[in-house]
Amino acid sequence: MSVVSVRNLRVVMPGSTTAEVDGVSFSIDAGQCLGIVGESGAGKTLTARSLIGLAGAGVSADELTVAGVDARLLDDRAWRSLRGARVGLVSQDALVALDPLRRVGAEVAEPLEVHKPQLGRADRSRRVLQLLEQVAIPDPNLRSRQYPHELSGGLRQRALIASALAASPSLLIADEPTTALDATVQAQILHLLRELKESGLALVLISHDLGVIRELADQVAVMKDGRFVEVQAAGDLFAAPRHPYTRDLLAAASLGTATPPKPGPVVLAAHNLAKTFGTGVGTRAAVDGVSFELRAGHTVGIVGESGSGKSTVAGMLLGTQSPDRGSVLLHGAPWSEVPESKRRGRRGGIQIIHQDALSAFDPRATVLQILSEAIALDGTQRRLRKVRAMELLEQVALSDAVLGRRAHELSGGQRQRVAIARALARGPSVLVCDEPVSALDARVQSQVLALLASLQQSTGLAMVFISHDLAVVRALSHDILVMKDGLVVEHGAAAGVFAAPQHPFTRELLAAHHGNRGS
Amino acid sequence: MLLVVWGAATVGFFSLRMIQGDPVNVMVGLGNVSEQVRDQIRADWGLADPLIVQYVSYLARLLRGDLGTSYRMQQPVADVIGQQLVPTVQLMLLALACALLLALASALLGRGRRRAPVAGLLELVAVSSPTFWIGLVLIAAFGFGLGWFPVVATAGFGALVLPAVTLAIPVAGILSQVLRQGLDDAAALPFVDTVRARGASHTRLVLRHTLRHAAANSVTLTGYIVGSLLGGSVLVETVFARPGLGRVALNAIVDRDMPVVLGIIVLAAAAFSLVNLLVDLLADRIDPRLATERAYA
Amino acid sequence: MSILTAAQKKTAKRMPAPALFLSAGFLALLLLAAFLPGLFTAADPLRTDIGQSLLAPDSRHPFGTDQAGRDVFARVIHGARYSLAIGFGATVIAVVAGLLIGSLAGLMRRVGDGVLSRAIEIVMAFPEFLLALIVIAIIGPGEASLLVAVAIAVVPAYARVARMQTLVVKRAGYVEAARTLGVSPTVTVLRHVVPNALAPLLVMATMGIGTAITAAAGLSFLGLGPKPPTPEWGLILSGGRNFLATAWWIAVFPGLVITATVVSTSILGRHLQASTAGPQR
Repeated sequence: MSVVSVRNLRVVMPGSTTAEVDGVSFSIDAGQCLGIVGESGAGKTLTARSLIGLAGAGVSADELTVAGVDARLLDDRAWRSLRGARVGLVSQDALVALDPLRRVGAEVAEPLEVHKPQLGRADRSRRVLQLLEQVAIPDPNLRSRQYPHELSGGLRQRALIASALAASPSLLIADEPTTALDATVQAQILHLLRELKESGLALVLISHDLGVIRELADQVAVMKDGRFVEVQAAGDLFAAPRHPYTRDLLAAASLGTATPPKPGPVVLAAHNLAKTFGTGVGTRAAVDGVSFELRAGHTVGIVGESGSGKSTVAGMLLGTQSPDRGSVLLHGAPWSEVPESKRRGRRGGIQIIHQDALSAFDPRATVLQILSEAIALDGTQRRLRKVRAMELLEQVALSDAVLGRRAHELSGGQRQRVAIARALARGPSVLVCDEPVSALDARVQSQVLALLASLQQSTGLAMVFISHDLAVVRALSHDILVMKDGLVVEHGAAAGVFAAPQHPFTRELLAAHHGNRGS
Repeated sequence: MLLVVWGAATVGFFSLRMIQGDPVNVMVGLGNVSEQVRDQIRADWGLADPLIVQYVSYLARLLRGDLGTSYRMQQPVADVIGQQLVPTVQLMLLALACALLLALASALLGRGRRRAPVAGLLELVAVSSPTFWIGLVLIAAFGFGLGWFPVVATAGFGALVLPAVTLAIPVAGILSQVLRQGLDDAAALPFVDTVRARGASHTRLVLRHTLRHAAANSVTLTGYIVGSLLGGSVLVETVFARPGLGRVALNAIVDRDMPVVLGIIVLAAAAFSLVNLLVDLLADRIDPRLATERAYA
Repeated sequence: MSILTAAQKKTAKRMPAPALFLSAGFLALLLLAAFLPGLFTAADPLRTDIGQSLLAPDSRHPFGTDQAGRDVFARVIHGARYSLAIGFGATVIAVVAGLLIGSLAGLMRRVGDGVLSRAIEIVMAFPEFLLALIVIAIIGPGEASLLVAVAIAVVPAYARVARMQTLVVKRAGYVEAARTLGVSPTVTVLRHVVPNALAPLLVMATMGIGTAITAAAGLSFLGLGPKPPTPEWGLILSGGRNFLATAWWIAVFPGLVITATVVSTSILGRHLQASTAGPQR
């Protein structure tokens, strides 16, 4: 008995003639999960929202049966009786998906207030606590009285799931439910969703992350430009993808390992770096005892979850933050202890690219101006700067057409390439990359990583690659540092760490990532 | 908060000292007083003492609640102000209530493609019109024209209506602007989807969720509103020939009655700081994230 | 953000074209009237003619005549230069002073910034109009005093915005990027900090001209500005106060012009804000 049955779904946005979603068909049984995977803008969210009546007025289909109801002719008022009671929705990032000005308990109770008004306050409270326990939130009494920002990311997401389940719907739509979470927390949430599925809930799971889909989906639909290019049982799809786009996606997800480097001199050395924030009672050791040596043509990867201190290390390497203990040496000469005025001339030797390239660019500047600023620092004459800018763009595989554009007019991948070009303009020996691909789609991710790898091969650039994503770090790194709570818990050659992790935390990270990515 | 009052008092004190001429003349302003009074002034303010001593004793007197004496009017400043405080406060409170009502109505009703531009236009005009002009127009239209309200200031509620409405209009305008914008901004936040996905009706969404977000934004305006009411009261009381602090202030300025001016400066600063303090406390209750930020700051 | 509203939001803030044209047109006419009043009226704003007093508006006197027989329209036209001069003048002074104070506060270390921003907060504790009144109380009434008083009254608002912007920009990614590139601090400030901090100030200033004009008119209305028979707008209004029953046009029309001026500057200012808001962060 299918919970959802859709044939030829078509969604058109107001004021537009092109369909955002076209010809989509699928059906889901109780206890089954349909995973919809695709890049941003593919139409995944609109498809899912048409199952709960939140896709706007331009929805049409040959068949659209949701929880036993023919949903094609429902007006908004009729939809309201289904929403929450027969279909539930969980979005990403519970910090903003829950009303930040209302207590968690009130948010979880809302579907009950809407659909079961006959329940008295005491009964409602009891049900809320029941729900919080069902999603494994410890100390539910305390948590229900707190506000969303007082809970950790994982607990918040569980509370969001609880609120979607409150009125016992038979279908749950999960739209990127784990995207804002650390890998280990991600694994826990997916485990919870699996339990719910096994107890009979039908699930629509949307994600750009193939690993997440692989964990839960019984059926997988690959979506591109508003259409399903392939729909198969999960096992079949991952073993033998039929459509070329699916094969592309799968290839992009498995990023491989770094090519062995040529030997080279030590260009960057960190000795016992430590930094503490706060004073007195609020003291926090952000970083404690980080050391490594980096040779030309090598990449050292620093991996850890949020709050592990990775970015603080990046700051200390660059000199934007000064270490409380320890030192950094660039090309064998002191770096971290030297005052800025004396250091500035040597800054060309070490450069950085960030996760958010947009904020790294002056919003008023064109790409030409952005690059020229860096080029000018080497004393290049004005009339030669444009030529040099075009050379740099060629190195990062961008066309000259972007020279006249501003940062916000470029795509994420293009922006990151411009950031790399700007960094290269200084001719650095070391490039620090702080989460450079986390905000990019899978295919763009693998392109940027390939670019960095080839630059390293051709110029002997040394890199410090920081990320929370193990697969990404593995793709480029020769040596790895695993960080947790400011400490380095494991340090060694990449191959060794991945094959035989020593520290329990490393093992936990690997388990979470293997589950998701399936190398 | 105390800092603001102290700052105001200090600036006032030193500004007076900076005015050219015999300090005694400055204190007296325009007008004639006897030599006896002049001696009194010299004694009261200790004009023979060094400046620092004068300043400290001035502060000491302030702390005791002694705002000095108006020589023009032969009365302590505190009395002068105290007598006129009530009518002004009445006016401000009524105006505030009016403004809140108008703004809420406009914000809640002025949604939707056809009504929103109308609301926007009304807000714009309300905010752009000079307060004194609004008063004159209202008098001409409702006082003389339709004869609904008395045009001479009499005791009683009737005489309070037009002045209060006049004072309320610019405040209602900006409050409505911020509230409407706040409601629109809140409607675009991610949690709205979640609430709708629970099957909530639009009414429930607005009343239980977005209104609180919009109000949280508007609370920061309270300081500005109080200031606008205070400043506007000077104009409104003049236009409607009503007794009150505004007129006291104006007369003091025209007559160069400095002790009164100084007293009003200090009083305004104190009132303002008090309001800001209350606003901070209120803001924490409406948006609990602020309280947590403060704890970590 | 809900998908549906995201698209709508992009078009929400722009001002409708007719409103823009009207506003710009009106302000242009006003400017013209300030410089070349003769283009708009042949009547002499100061010439009294008791026989013609208190006439209702007609084709000869579009705004009617006042108690001394002067053509109100002519007085309003000739008064434009006073209001605009003070409005522009005070705003320009306030923007420059505010930018200096505010960006200095934003760029300084904590102690210096603390002192300056406390000072700004103290002054901002007073409503603008009251502040202007206090300044007049200290320096005495008069035409020049109006300019000074209004300028001082609005400076704190600009200083505060300048400081906030400087702080935001100072911490912005592109400023840190300039630092890691190796750009010297001076160049960074001149090339990145100042231009980005300036933009919101200019938008504020466009709307601020209207506020300045109203404040000046208010002070004149109270008798603290130029002396009669100067055709300053606030003065004309206060003169008309006693004749509301019999000759309401004396008070109503000048006020209408003031309102229209402020509305126009607000519309222009909001349009500027909407069109620069896109790439700004």
